[in-house]
Amino acid sequence: MTSKARPEFGLLIDYEYCTGCHSCEMACAQEYNHKPGNSGIRVFEVEQTLPDGRETLSFFPFPTDSCLLCPHLTREGLDPACVKHCMAACMRYGRIEDLARAAGEKPRMVLWVPR
Amino acid sequence: MAAYRVKPRTRDTEIVRTTVWSAGPGCHGTCGVLAHIRKGRLVKIEGDPDHPWNQGRLCARCLAMTQYVHHPDRLTRPLRRVGERGEGKWEAISWDEAFDLIEGKLKAIRSAHGPESVVFSMGTGRDISPWLCMLAYAYGSPNVMFALSGNACYSPRIAAVETVLGDYCVPDAAQWLERRYEDPEYRVPRCLVIWGYNIPNTCPDNIFGHWFIDLMKRGTEIICMDPRLTWFSSRAKHWLRLRPGTDGAIAMGFLHTILAEGLYDRAFVRRWTNAPLLLRTDTGRLLRESDLRPRGSRDNFAAWDAAAGEAVVWDSAAAAFEREHAKPALGGEFSVGLHGGATVRCRTVWDAFCEAAAGYPPERVEAITGVPAATIRDAARMYARSSPAAIHWGLPIDSTPGITPTAQAITALWCITGNLEVPGGNVIARNAFECVSYALPGAEGVIRLATKEADRKRIGVDAYGPFRRFIWRAQTDKVLEQIFSGKPYPIKALWMQTGNLIAGIGFEPKKWREAFRKLDFIAAVDLFMTPTTQYADVVLPAATFLEKDSVRSWWVPLQTINRAMTVPECRPDVEINFELARRLDPGFRWESVEALFDDILKNSGMSFRELQKRQWALPPAGHSSAPYRRHEKGLLRPDGRPGFATPSGLVELYASLREEWGLEPLPHYEEPPLTPVSRPDLAKDYPLILSTGRRSFAFFNAEHRNIPWLRALDPDPTVEIHPRTAAGLGIAGGDWVWVENWLGRQRFRAKVTIAVRPDMVMAAHGWWFPEEEGAEPSLFGAWKSNINQLIPMGSQGEDGLGAPLKNLMCRVYRVGGRRGGSDDEQGQA
Repeated sequence: MTSKARPEFGLLIDYEYCTGCHSCEMACAQEYNHKPGNSGIRVFEVEQTLPDGRETLSFFPFPTDSCLLCPHLTREGLDPACVKHCMAACMRYGRIEDLARAAGEKPRMVLWVPR
Repeated sequence: MAAYRVKPRTRDTEIVRTTVWSAGPGCHGTCGVLAHIRKGRLVKIEGDPDHPWNQGRLCARCLAMTQYVHHPDRLTRPLRRVGERGEGKWEAISWDEAFDLIEGKLKAIRSAHGPESVVFSMGTGRDISPWLCMLAYAYGSPNVMFALSGNACYSPRIAAVETVLGDYCVPDAAQWLERRYEDPEYRVPRCLVIWGYNIPNTCPDNIFGHWFIDLMKRGTEIICMDPRLTWFSSRAKHWLRLRPGTDGAIAMGFLHTILAEGLYDRAFVRRWTNAPLLLRTDTGRLLRESDLRPRGSRDNFAAWDAAAGEAVVWDSAAAAFEREHAKPALGGEFSVGLHGGATVRCRTVWDAFCEAAAGYPPERVEAITGVPAATIRDAARMYARSSPAAIHWGLPIDSTPGITPTAQAITALWCITGNLEVPGGNVIARNAFECVSYALPGAEGVIRLATKEADRKRIGVDAYGPFRRFIWRAQTDKVLEQIFSGKPYPIKALWMQTGNLIAGIGFEPKKWREAFRKLDFIAAVDLFMTPTTQYADVVLPAATFLEKDSVRSWWVPLQTINRAMTVPECRPDVEINFELARRLDPGFRWESVEALFDDILKNSGMSFRELQKRQWALPPAGHSSAPYRRHEKGLLRPDGRPGFATPSGLVELYASLREEWGLEPLPHYEEPPLTPVSRPDLAKDYPLILSTGRRSFAFFNAEHRNIPWLRALDPDPTVEIHPRTAAGLGIAGGDWVWVENWLGRQRFRAKVTIAVRPDMVMAAHGWWFPEEEGAEPSLFGAWKSNINQLIPMGSQGEDGLGAPLKNLMCRVYRVGGRRGGSDDEQGQA
């Protein structure tokens, strides 16, 4: 696929509920036998003190350039490995236009489209 | 083909449906998985979407199983030591040779010193603890040891709740219901208190942490007690960022607010608790029928019957007042005539309980805990006014010598607010279908010692009340003492399984190493060589959960573990122990492992094979192992009467068992022994609070450092330091630092983070380095970053329980920094 091709599918990530459990990374590492430390998705940890003094801790799963969206699974109607195993069930796979609509259903969502 | 084999997606792959417990992910969860096996090897593992526990989800540790099961360092042959202990010199022997050797040694020790002179040690036992007990009991030893100081993980909490209400309770996340959150009887908790528990990390206590995230999506709001910033605390409505070790004061502050503001369920308190029972003001003890009548029972108590204007006897066996229409007074002071003719002033348990709580106004609790009084009040009101509300607590509750009074206070909270045994509250957790394999608090299993007589020699039984009633293990600190003292009888050998005393569970590990050197014989069962197995004389190679058949009946569901594959020569713990138990016990009861499983499952009406076909089963509504409101239905007591399985048949806000054991029966707060408050003298040199034991997603305690995928997630032993504190000490993120106290110093990598309070540090536990030299003096690097070297043994409470692993003291400085001593020096300050 060249960068000019129009992507059809993506991931909708509800980062409000990501607990930073790294299941997505490990499911991907298993599926593609990635080297330790590599994965098609990585979880980032952000802690900060908000202007009102409240301290927060959030996690953000973010796909990398290794992500293929598991065509061998989705072709059979299954979810990509990361989506299937997410402990917080906070990721959704689907058509971009459907996910874009769903992104408006609640705050703290990220819609991601692969390479 | 057995039913648990499912249709494969590719022709050469077989998919086996099984459940997780023990070696592998290591946790106490019980996730359903599908194991993909090709040519006898695990090629993939995935969550079973049809399993009610995890619904297809799976954690990082389980998803890394291919690297675990086929790890090049796995032990695959029994090994006999040929050098000195710790020297790392071994020869491979056959299983028959290994069994003969162990049988010979153990029989000789039994003849010379008695079976109690062998201690059978475990870490957090998982599927293996039943088989460890089976072996110990077949041999005749009552000394099964959970090797943590003060037995301070979970069993103290269980024993404390049993003391109050006769059973154990957990939050109801619909785990008893097949349709889970969709079941019409279930109610989502409006409020969930997460008390000292970062539970999404590693399901340590047989609760799937992410159930609570499921509940939050359905509207549950959080109150979080934690000194650390966690995922929960940053999403909580109220976050009580307490000083480590002061949980008991918070609990008392909650009780204070709830009682002072009348936010409790008066009807429940009156009907189902011992609140109306009378206490003598002269002795401070419960008024008993034996005080009132010459031949009255000590087991019966009394209340003041406001209708009759006199005392009325509470018949504990009948779980009822003697007079049917008695109107027991909840408060007040009364003169009661004793059978000798004297009169004694009595007051109610309720008044005493309220008075105990009244000692903890939120302003006082603020001074103890550092949590603002207004936050304590607001949180207590939110908890009490939410219906249903549930509390989930973690290991910090066990990690003070005051564990029992703390847990009594928290248990009282869910009882008096009407949240006991209701959907979405705290519900009683019993083994599914009452199938009990081995002795746990409150339940005798099919695996038991031949005689009660044999149990009298168990270490700690004489000294500590809970060990006579709820805790069926040896008291760990006393075992260590006894290995050195030989009093009252010598300890000669150690069997170690599911635990790593030197690098994982043992405090003061060099003392444990010294203890190992005193023993005549040590056998270990493990999957990999560890710092601890280096001290064994024989090491036996165990199987992962994928390589064994087993049963699980801990709460729900009842289910089987199904063998998906084998690793040559590795054997399941149950099979190893079964063979030895058979050799050591001429009267051993079971003919085969399967017959043993059938026996454990007997109460379910299913055989092992039948259950295996179903894979899992939930007890039906109306069964004594399924909620709700069992106390009303007479499902909790052996006699079938309404009430609880306590001495009085009531929820005991004033614990009669604690009275019997000579301990304070009412909840209260005790300052832990080694804090800046209790030891200002030490605080001069060790100004920071030292906490340990926080969970990593990548590891289960001391396991998994050798799994490349997991190690990449969490590569170094870290100590968390607040940015302000770090700046004051000239420490930057990523620096190697010494964490030091009077017991020694260890190296950690600084993680500078607002996760911790400025007055504390949190050091990771369970660190050793499987990639380093296994023999002493390296011992897989076990003396470098082992925080347990800074934690004393022997700080258990008056009831033998609790250990200060979250509320110690230390100082921290950069490696190569200002304090003297070579940086190569290991362990000793």
